[in-house]
Amino acid sequence: MSNIFLVGNGAGFSGDRVDAPIPVVRSLVRRGLPAALFFETLGERTVALAQLERRRDPELGYEPMLERLLEPVLADCFRHRIPILGNFGAANPPAAARLIARLALRLGLPDLRIAVVAGDDVKDSIALDQLPVHEADGSIDTRSARLVAANAYIGAEPLVEALRQGADVVVAGRTSDPALAIAPLVHHFGWRLDDWEKLAVGAACGHLLECGSQVTGGVFWDPGFKDIPDPANIGFPIAEVTAEGGLVITKPEDTGGIVDLRTVKEQLLYELHDPAHYITPDVVLDITGCTLEQVGKDRVAVRGLRGKPAPDTLKVTASFEGSWLGEGEVSVAGPNALARARATADVLLERLRRRGLNVRARVDLIGVASVHDSDDGALWRGYEGPEPPDIRIRLAAEGSDRDAVDQAAREVLALLCCGTAGTGGARWRLTPRILTRSYLVLRERVPTSVTTRTAREIAA
Amino acid sequence: MTEMVEVPLHAVAHSRAGDKGNRSNLSLIPYDPALYPLLAEQVTEERVLDLFRHRGATRCRRYDLPLLHAFNFVVDDVLEGGVNASLNLDGHGKTHSSRLLSLTVRVPRALLGRKETGRMQP
Repeated sequence: MSNIFLVGNGAGFSGDRVDAPIPVVRSLVRRGLPAALFFETLGERTVALAQLERRRDPELGYEPMLERLLEPVLADCFRHRIPILGNFGAANPPAAARLIARLALRLGLPDLRIAVVAGDDVKDSIALDQLPVHEADGSIDTRSARLVAANAYIGAEPLVEALRQGADVVVAGRTSDPALAIAPLVHHFGWRLDDWEKLAVGAACGHLLECGSQVTGGVFWDPGFKDIPDPANIGFPIAEVTAEGGLVITKPEDTGGIVDLRTVKEQLLYELHDPAHYITPDVVLDITGCTLEQVGKDRVAVRGLRGKPAPDTLKVTASFEGSWLGEGEVSVAGPNALARARATADVLLERLRRRGLNVRARVDLIGVASVHDSDDGALWRGYEGPEPPDIRIRLAAEGSDRDAVDQAAREVLALLCCGTAGTGGARWRLTPRILTRSYLVLRERVPTSVTTRTAREIAA
Repeated sequence: MTEMVEVPLHAVAHSRAGDKGNRSNLSLIPYDPALYPLLAEQVTEERVLDLFRHRGATRCRRYDLPLLHAFNFVVDDVLEGGVNASLNLDGHGKTHSSRLLSLTVRVPRALLGRKETGRMQP
């Protein structure tokens, strides 16, 4: 049994269930095998929003739920030698480390070793306009926009170094998501960083776990079709990995959710494009030969993973200050709701035209068609189904002129008096937008470094 | 002769949507692996692109995973600029999986209700 290493996941995004890590750590401790726990809390834009936070307060800019996530599990992980890795440092890993140090002292863990990984932030070190643009982003125009953040997706190597330095908690900013799982496996098993078949297993492990409950029943359950036990308490995933590259996905026993062929297939293909080329900084994963087998209750074995050499380049995602987004909503319901909603939509667009507001706008009829619709409302305009009992009318307007966007959103408010019969429930808001664009940079241009100190030293 | 019935994909398959930039990927996984060849024949790139043309989608590629009995559809330019630029409530296009599952297919009645990897009811 000592051949097995456990990798647990405690969060799949910033905003995930904060009590999710507790049963995962309980399970890791109970099983008594060597293990690591990782948190993935950094989406494409999250680091830019964190950078804006840091501008407001130099001690902020890391994952806002960090203390809530770590407090219930930090002492158990420390005492049972379960290292914690996370990209929860976001735009400010040193400040996150200081927060964790203060938490550790409060919990009576002054010897907790905290590593800070640096190097992902390339905003001031690399000129973006000389880099090739990532293919999916070619159409975004950011030439005149102000840069907020630029971060490279760094791989497992500095995280492995942190573990070698004896870190109990590894605080990183932008890393590739799979690297958070690859690193403890490489460290524990001594896999070489060019053993592509093994790294492929690590990358698949990370990919399957990085979205937390998405492999254990989250965004999966569909009542009457794909039912899962206790969706209010979905267990977050745990992977069992062997030195030879065996991989089984499972979850804590005392939780809801499910691990079966369906959940694993959905997550295996999630955010994947060419299944033969899933590019990570550490390995290019090929799942075309992958097979799955249910090997027990809530246990799925993943086999046939192949790896190809890591790319020469890393992805850099840059965020720019964008335009303003104004949104307003009102409701209509009951007899003739559809006609009133359609007329309201037309009147809103007519008001923007008459006032000459320089915005790009769209109207949704929530309850008729919205999320599947296009900006011109093709679906709700063409809707011929039954009369919906309750419709929410939403205006979204965007532009670089804050006042024009604000005025556009306020046109929805004005409907409280000027709208159709029975119009109510107005809400509106104005938010700044972030634009992102991804580039490719040669990996040698992104040097990384690791500093490991105890909580006592950091807090001093 | 086997009787064929027309059903929404939702009755016989499941799906999840993901995004990168202005591009969506949609998995399509039949509950019953026996349906894999039928879906391969009927759920073409063209039909899936047609589902999203009103959103400006320009291209759809289908990757087949016969060992997993699954498909991966990659739809370009479908996210109205992507999560940062879209005026849509669902800028990530996470709900697109449900639109894919609204597409109809013709399947043998005998295969409805069969399950191997999960429950399925028409």
